[in-house]
Amino acid sequence: MAKLLKATGMNKCIGCLSCMLACAAVNQKDHSLNKSAIKIRTYGGLQGKFYSTVCLGCKEQIACFEACPSGALQPRSGGGVIFNSAKCIGCRRCEKACIASAVFFDEETKFPIICKHCSVCTQFCPHDCLEMEG
Amino acid sequence: MLYKNYIRVLYIDLSNEKFRVEERSDLWEYLGGVGVASKLLEEEMRADLDALAPEQVIVFANGVISSIFPVVTKTVAMFISPLTGELGESYAGGRMALTMLMAGYDAIVLTGRHRRQSYLSIKTHNVEFKDARAFKGMSAKEIGRYIRDKEAGSGKRSILRIGPAGENGVAYASVCVDTYRHFGRLGLGAIIGSKNLKAISIMGDRVMPIAKPIEYLKAYRLLFDKSTETNHMQKYHDIGTAVNLEPLSEMGALPTNNMQSGSFAAAEEISGERFAEENLVRKMACAGCPVGCIHVGQFRREFDKGHEYESISVGYDYELLYALGSFLGIEKRDEILSLIDKVEDEGMDAMSTGVVLGWATEAQKKEMLTEEQTLVKLEFGNAENYLKAIEYIADRKNEFYTDLGKGVAKASKIYGGEDFAMAIAGNEMSGYHTGYGALVGTLVGARHSHLCNGGYALDQSMKDFDAEKMVDTLWNEEVERCLLNSLIICLFARKVYDRETILLALNVIGRSEITNEELTRISREIYKTKLRIKAKLNFVLENVQLPQRYFETPSMKGTLDKELVLSLIGKFQEKNKILMAE
Repeated sequence: MAKLLKATGMNKCIGCLSCMLACAAVNQKDHSLNKSAIKIRTYGGLQGKFYSTVCLGCKEQIACFEACPSGALQPRSGGGVIFNSAKCIGCRRCEKACIASAVFFDEETKFPIICKHCSVCTQFCPHDCLEMEG
Repeated sequence: MLYKNYIRVLYIDLSNEKFRVEERSDLWEYLGGVGVASKLLEEEMRADLDALAPEQVIVFANGVISSIFPVVTKTVAMFISPLTGELGESYAGGRMALTMLMAGYDAIVLTGRHRRQSYLSIKTHNVEFKDARAFKGMSAKEIGRYIRDKEAGSGKRSILRIGPAGENGVAYASVCVDTYRHFGRLGLGAIIGSKNLKAISIMGDRVMPIAKPIEYLKAYRLLFDKSTETNHMQKYHDIGTAVNLEPLSEMGALPTNNMQSGSFAAAEEISGERFAEENLVRKMACAGCPVGCIHVGQFRREFDKGHEYESISVGYDYELLYALGSFLGIEKRDEILSLIDKVEDEGMDAMSTGVVLGWATEAQKKEMLTEEQTLVKLEFGNAENYLKAIEYIADRKNEFYTDLGKGVAKASKIYGGEDFAMAIAGNEMSGYHTGYGALVGTLVGARHSHLCNGGYALDQSMKDFDAEKMVDTLWNEEVERCLLNSLIICLFARKVYDRETILLALNVIGRSEITNEELTRISREIYKTKLRIKAKLNFVLENVQLPQRYFETPSMKGTLDKELVLSLIGKFQEKNKILMAE
């Protein structure tokens, strides 16, 4: 079964944003943080701890999949969804449906940006905050 | 501009609330950073006016590979320094370089003075001048929270701010960038204050398609691994720069008690190792740096009886432990952290603050200053009174503290004690009494920083002293760093980014026309620009007077010979003259 990205070590995060830069570069061929499917933020400024917002990899009752009217999202083996841009019309229902706020919307392409659990971010995390489970 | 053939400059006129963008193809060859900023400073500065005149300019610039490769994380600020009256150049990390890239500006040029205290909000498609009158007198730390509440873009924004010292024109006021990084040296905070600015927020959200994704990712992976898996940068992440403190003390190179000594009896107690064991609570990184050299230490302070404590976290590194530790005879780690916290609140350069207080302490002991002037008794090791004195400097409490806020060189001219006023060409010394390299390197360095040419490191690596070799190495390093500081690579990563690596990175972004020889030519041209600026600001190297203490307190290499220092300066100057004649 395909593995899932889990941000289990965020207490160790140093806020370098390498995961975001790598995700955007590999998956979207872009340098912009906007294009990353994982977001690193802080609880109230840089004195607060870092947290990540990324697809939780729902296995059953997948809200974004259920909300998608066009068939652009399909359940992924092991959890999460697979996105097919050819079937997406940019209605943003998936973005609204995700209770973890982990579906981002690309204002340029009008497509959602959803983590596909490809593991690139884990390879560029210098502190082992992110790992593939399963 | 990344993937374009011009430098995109945002000009902001604070007096008239106007701004414009220019695409400067004539600046394209300079690779950004100090190359572009020094050209813009040369164009815009007013050599005929005071450093704090409204007409003066502040230039910020990032580099052509900023943030898209690991550890290329710095932004440069250039200005006329209110501390030295000449070339002002300072670097800060944090998220500023990345947010400038995301916002679409390679350089930002600020002139004028806003009609009321304001903060600037700079975005990809807008610049706004916002009311900050209610923030008057607020600490550099606290104002961050207010701006965060007001400005959108959490995680994609950078916030620069000043404390009371900057508002009040203290000549070594700093600018805090994203809580833990600073434009520390040479008084940029005072210039921001003189422009009636309290903070600057930068947020960017543009897209930047990668031109050659396969080549880029290959190069990115290579540099990421080089930065994290080799030993080039291990020390910066592990204990941090503070690891140097105890060895430097043992070698007699740690300025202590206003450099009356090069060794500190309590060095072990305030060593990097002890801080790591007892106080270190987390490490952090600038955006785009997988190394993470920012060390955050914590201490608790009792604010009332009944076990009432507050916990305070501050960033620390070697320079701060030297300036607010050994230089002032502070033997307790918590007290050093509390002094750092105070300096952060007031918004002052830690090194300059420590050095001016060290001089004042000795001057008071020698009865050149009275307690009526200093208001509290300044004595080595007395952190409580130093905490008050720092506040008095920032607030310009009386005439004496106003003078102390002008820097140690100027204060000692007024009150005496120039022989032990530890500044080099007006800039308070850094924490290295390592020998000729540190002293001469800082003096001949364009901005009189130990980081101009790394003379302190040369002292430690050069086994047998060789005058010619020392001058050649310092000069070559000074010029090479013009290149590193144009890109702008964090100097901690200078061994990662050799010429071959720089050419690889430039090739990936489409600058394959640049050869190794071209890099040399560009770096020399940048250095020449800096020398021209210094000449316009009437800096004459031969006129600089060094405090006698440099030639009394033995350095790591023994007692320094003034004649030899002058001879090394002369040789360096000869090399400058040859370059300028080319």
